[in-house]
Amino acid sequence: MFMKGMIMGGIFCLVLSLLASFNPSTEHTTEDHHHHHLQAPSKDELKHFSHSQMEDLSNQVRVYCIIMVQPKILVYWAAAIHTWSKHCDKAVFYTSEASKALEAVDLNEKDDWARLRKALTHAYENAGDLRWFFVAQPTTFAIIENLKYLLLTKDPNEPFYLGNAAKSGELDYVVYDSGIVLSYEALKRLVNVFKDEDKCPERGGSLWNVGEEKQLAMCLKYTGVFAENGEDIHGKGLFNSKSVESLISDSMQANPTNVVEGCCSDMAVTFNGMSPDQMQVMMFGVYRLRPYGHDFHDLLLFDPPVGSNND
Amino acid sequence: MRNTTSNLTFSAGLILGFLSIHFLLDYNISTQVMYLRNVNRGVKGLHHHVYTGGNQNSTSHTTRILCWIMTGPKNLESRTNHIRATWAKRCNKVLYMSSTKTDFPTVELNVSEGRENLYWKTIRAFQYIYQNHLDEADWFLKADDDTFIVIENLRYTLSKYDPEKPLYVGRRFSPFIAQGYMSGGAGYVLSKEAVRRFNKGFQTGECTHYSTLEDVAMGKCMETMKVEAADSRDVKGRQVFHPYPPDRYVVKRPPRPRPLYPLYDYYTPVEGPGCCSDFAVSFHYIYAVQMYALEYLTHHLRPYGYKYRFNPDERTEIKTTTKSK
Repeated sequence: MFMKGMIMGGIFCLVLSLLASFNPSTEHTTEDHHHHHLQAPSKDELKHFSHSQMEDLSNQVRVYCIIMVQPKILVYWAAAIHTWSKHCDKAVFYTSEASKALEAVDLNEKDDWARLRKALTHAYENAGDLRWFFVAQPTTFAIIENLKYLLLTKDPNEPFYLGNAAKSGELDYVVYDSGIVLSYEALKRLVNVFKDEDKCPERGGSLWNVGEEKQLAMCLKYTGVFAENGEDIHGKGLFNSKSVESLISDSMQANPTNVVEGCCSDMAVTFNGMSPDQMQVMMFGVYRLRPYGHDFHDLLLFDPPVGSNND
Repeated sequence: MRNTTSNLTFSAGLILGFLSIHFLLDYNISTQVMYLRNVNRGVKGLHHHVYTGGNQNSTSHTTRILCWIMTGPKNLESRTNHIRATWAKRCNKVLYMSSTKTDFPTVELNVSEGRENLYWKTIRAFQYIYQNHLDEADWFLKADDDTFIVIENLRYTLSKYDPEKPLYVGRRFSPFIAQGYMSGGAGYVLSKEAVRRFNKGFQTGECTHYSTLEDVAMGKCMETMKVEAADSRDVKGRQVFHPYPPDRYVVKRPPRPRPLYPLYDYYTPVEGPGCCSDFAVSFHYIYAVQMYALEYLTHHLRPYGYKYRFNPDERTEIKTTTKSK
């Protein structure tokens, strides 16, 4: 009798969990990406992982940086090379036209949208085993460690398209200036839809002057990929279209009694509109300057890049 | 009777069977859903942040710091306000010295405003401190209302010295005074004994209003009263106090005929990333926006998980490492 009971109980449980596991996983994949807000992992979430799992994860999140440059603003290319891009696992510069002084992949393309398409396609074809892609403008400054932290528990075989998410009518898109993040799956779908001249024309879009950031969003939308806002666990945006000083200035107006707290995230990933000199100061401010005696007990460890002297 | 016992046994078996399978499944699934978790939990605290106060020789040396800020009525709202909102709260005691008493609160020094009175202000300020606050601190920092200070790094810098010794710490300049003098704008610190001697100097007449150049004049009195000018650079020889904003030093500029100001430096200045210590204490000519920006960069923004190259508490330092691929 007892044995009969046990078997019945066991079968009952199996059936129940089988039913349960079907629903959440399908909900998960579509639900998540309509969720619109992608938060960095909390300490609680990371508690589930053992030390070696964390080590595996921190080695697995590797970023291919796609940095768009142009010869007429050579100083920004130089600034990016000597500053933040050293922290990318792979940093490739894409230019509109060749220039002797500029070491970059010459896309030979003046049209902004066509150039972005070509850069993304090139990155996809040269990805190697890198699974995350970060697109930056010349005036963007990024902290790749914080990007990796944001992406830590996200599967790049899922379609992710994130950054500073904005809305234009019905379209959610990621603002170009503050950096665009694409998972391998999202990029794969994108490169595929590039072939579809109806859904995602290479030249047609510019007739309506939508701007390449919105073009990108529209093409991705056709493949079922939606823009998500990258934020920290307090809901603060991690991708900024302005410089630190500009954001502080805004905060002095909006939160005069709480300027720094009301400003930007401690884990900010990007800033924009920084001059080359300011980028060098940021390297010092981010990677060196700190108060003695604060131990963070971070769960991950990122080594400094080889052969660099300003971080 | 037999029925109830068999029902009970059946139910017991049912429950046990259910629970054991449930337990087994849970254990397996959790390792498989590693990547599928995207849980939005509103948990506070992104990291476990512990302020240990650092490894200081804390047996007999304490590092209480009294900060006094040289200011005036015109600057309270536009400058001093932002100091109060940022670094001043990390001092053990802070005093705002001005020509007038206000609810800011400011201390009235019985000196008029103006560049030519700066040294009078310094003399009166240290007098006031000597008479009213000497026992409240071990080190006494003078800063301008456009100086940004990292108090934790100041504590760290001072922790290797004995406040009962006559010492004077800051950005060392070489002209005019044999042992050098400390830049006023970059902020300088007197040990408790140095404050005693400074005041004694004015009582006995050994120190006078030597010059309207506040920092030079202070240097003269320190020399007279045999207060030692310290080398405040870090263990790598990098500067800790800075009389200009960070971009003046950190940005590498193309070679050019040297301007006059670096000749003031007692130690040969370095331009570029080697200029400034990770544990820098001060920057000068910092106004409102930059004050908060520096506060943000120092105490808030950081690269998660980054292993800093300079770790004076560790035996070996990271110079070049292979990136984990």
